[in-house]
Amino acid sequence: MQADLGKNYFELFDLPITFDLDVTDLAVRYRDLQRRFHPDRFASAPEPDRRLSLQLTAQINAAFQALKDPVARARYLLGLQGIDTGEDTDTAMDAAFLVEQMELRESLAEAREAVDRHARLESLRQRVDEEFAARSARLRDHFAENSEPARRKARNLVREMQFLRKLAHEVEELE
Amino acid sequence: MALLQISEPGQSTAPHEHRLAVGIDLGTTNSLVATMRSGIADTLPDEQGRHLLPSVVHYRPGVNPEVGEAALEAAAEDPLNTIASVKRLMGRGVEDIKRLGNLLPYEFSPGASGMPRIKTTAGERSPVEVSADILRALKQRAESTLGGELTGAVITVPAYFDDAQRQATKDAALLAGLKVLRLLNEPTAAAVAYGLDQNAEGVFAIYDLGGGTFDISILRLNRGVFEVLATAGDSALGGDDMDHAIADWMWQHAGLSEHADRKLQRRLLRDARAAKQALTDAAAVSVQVLRPDRTIWKGELTRTTLVELVDPLIERTLAPTRRALKDAGLKSKDIRDVVMVGGSTRMPRVQEKVESFFERKPLTTIDPDKVVAIGAAIQADILAGNKPDSDMLLLDVIPLSLGLEIMGGMTERIIPRNTTIPTVRAQEFTTFKDGQTALLIHVLQGERDLVADCRSLARFELRGIPPMVAGAARIRVTFQVDADGLLSVAAREQGTGVEAAITVKPSYGLTDAEIERMLRDSITHASEDNATRNLREQQVDADRVLEAVQAALRVDGDKYLSRDERAVIDAALAALHSVRTGADTAAIKKAITVVDNATQAFAARRMDASVRAALTGHRLDEFKS
Repeated sequence: MQADLGKNYFELFDLPITFDLDVTDLAVRYRDLQRRFHPDRFASAPEPDRRLSLQLTAQINAAFQALKDPVARARYLLGLQGIDTGEDTDTAMDAAFLVEQMELRESLAEAREAVDRHARLESLRQRVDEEFAARSARLRDHFAENSEPARRKARNLVREMQFLRKLAHEVEELE
Repeated sequence: MALLQISEPGQSTAPHEHRLAVGIDLGTTNSLVATMRSGIADTLPDEQGRHLLPSVVHYRPGVNPEVGEAALEAAAEDPLNTIASVKRLMGRGVEDIKRLGNLLPYEFSPGASGMPRIKTTAGERSPVEVSADILRALKQRAESTLGGELTGAVITVPAYFDDAQRQATKDAALLAGLKVLRLLNEPTAAAVAYGLDQNAEGVFAIYDLGGGTFDISILRLNRGVFEVLATAGDSALGGDDMDHAIADWMWQHAGLSEHADRKLQRRLLRDARAAKQALTDAAAVSVQVLRPDRTIWKGELTRTTLVELVDPLIERTLAPTRRALKDAGLKSKDIRDVVMVGGSTRMPRVQEKVESFFERKPLTTIDPDKVVAIGAAIQADILAGNKPDSDMLLLDVIPLSLGLEIMGGMTERIIPRNTTIPTVRAQEFTTFKDGQTALLIHVLQGERDLVADCRSLARFELRGIPPMVAGAARIRVTFQVDADGLLSVAAREQGTGVEAAITVKPSYGLTDAEIERMLRDSITHASEDNATRNLREQQVDADRVLEAVQAALRVDGDKYLSRDERAVIDAALAALHSVRTGADTAAIKKAITVVDNATQAFAARRMDASVRAALTGHRLDEFKS
């Protein structure tokens, strides 16, 4: 039996459905719920208790994962509004963004071979971080606007941020 | 009857008798058992005052096996029947063991379930059975010292243990007649022992170099909650390897031939270990080898030589350490303290290397051999319900990604490593042939893309899919990992509702039938005693259920139940009440299940309300402070 735990992750944490949430407050709420419902609290309890506590805390964990990270949160919010970010299926991206990505990737390939590899990777990393942060701020504005065009823009940003994150990961691997 | 006993953290429930619970560190080289007495956790010694039980079992035909020191003494004389370092074999298959090579001088035969069995004069023994013998010895020590039966135990495992290894450990406990309250990661236990939960916030590294395993864990502590940010390690690296390196050095210098005399190998290892320990204080020790031709080689092992021999091994601990830091998104300067665990961290060279890596002095005040068992005992005390006021909560992560085999021998990741558990994840798959009516689900664990490079945990089939064109079926595969890190997998075709599920019994675990047989074999109590005990346990359970449900009904019965729903629950309670005083164990058990089922919806509604109340209450608290 699956417990009915409310309709969405925001409700689970008793938070308004908004992109602009306080992650520290979210973490406090998360730990409070875990402290109360974690299977360890039911270690000597009957089997059905343990099963329910397992299902509930699994859901609390999933909700926390989806909300604490801005990209995941944006993706989840868009999903609630019926918009699939489709990173796996839809590969069409803004041309200017793709050109920029190719440049960044070229820099990465060059850095790999370069003598001053460390410095190059560091500056590349900084640039990716800046691009990411800029989009994160714009994402906030788009969600605040709450209109159809703004949501489309938000969807593009999420997809771009996912790209940037992958790149940042590759830079990290080389560092 | 589910989640009816929700209690506020920090709010005492009714007083009850103190339950005997222990923490067990089931180590590669040594094992320990610890418990809380008068508010202090400490390890329990044997009658001779020894705390460490060597994880060694000596099998002899027709009599009970010797465990511990006695077995260790037998090792040199009867190596083939003396099993040491069995933890390395837990959850491993025959192929894995071939890879471990000549480190293990035993003769193996494959078991019925693909699990290797070690040939001894007392018959074949699986690693799980050998571990159970060690656990049984610890259980006996605890019960005779504490003067009562144990409620349960927290058993520690390396954070890096995969599902198969955890399951094997749990099977061993079951065989030894121990109720497992929780499998706890060793480094987490160490952090608990240092009381880091009570007085500190920050990020900590737990460096655990034991006899046979190395683990590094990065833990974050915040408001009494432990979170494992990342774990990494090497399940085949430890002090044993240092002993082997020293023994090899002695072997070479004594001019011994390649051919391995097992008795001599054992003696050399024992001498190597003694030399290593002596060099903790001394700058040099003299060593000697009695050659097969009865001549003696004498030499000197200096600390400098020791450093040359062990440095490559210590270096090997730093790669996983870097990886764990990277996974946690941290640099070594972010680490507030480093906790040292495992006998091998007594080596001054290990402490030096760790200090220079983290640029801070590691914590070494608690005996590094005992620290894990002590932490486990603290946790066991809480889980047994002796500390209702405790605010401590340990949140763990899975150490290795879990996934499925997809087309082309590739792995599709379902749950990435370092995901906080418990966790449930689902993903949809489809058929790839027209008219396909079954789907083979192959469950894997590991980080690599190729199936061949991952550990195969289980295979099962979803059958009875109605024939459809390729790609039309929607098969939802759900992975669930519980708080012990153990996996169960379910598959369901969404259109028709055809289902299949499996609790992952790793390929190297024991089948249920095997466990049942072993349990039967190992039971020493008269069966009548057992029947009486079972009845008593069921009656206690029945009382607990009756009391809890009635209490919940008094508070919330009118709020959440319709008249009809209430009638069903009342009927179930009445039925349970009437069988409770009888002697029919099965009937009581069945009546409890009926009550459980009847109260599930009620429980879910109460829990839902409780979640809301928890958050609301919390907000009020915040305004107050």
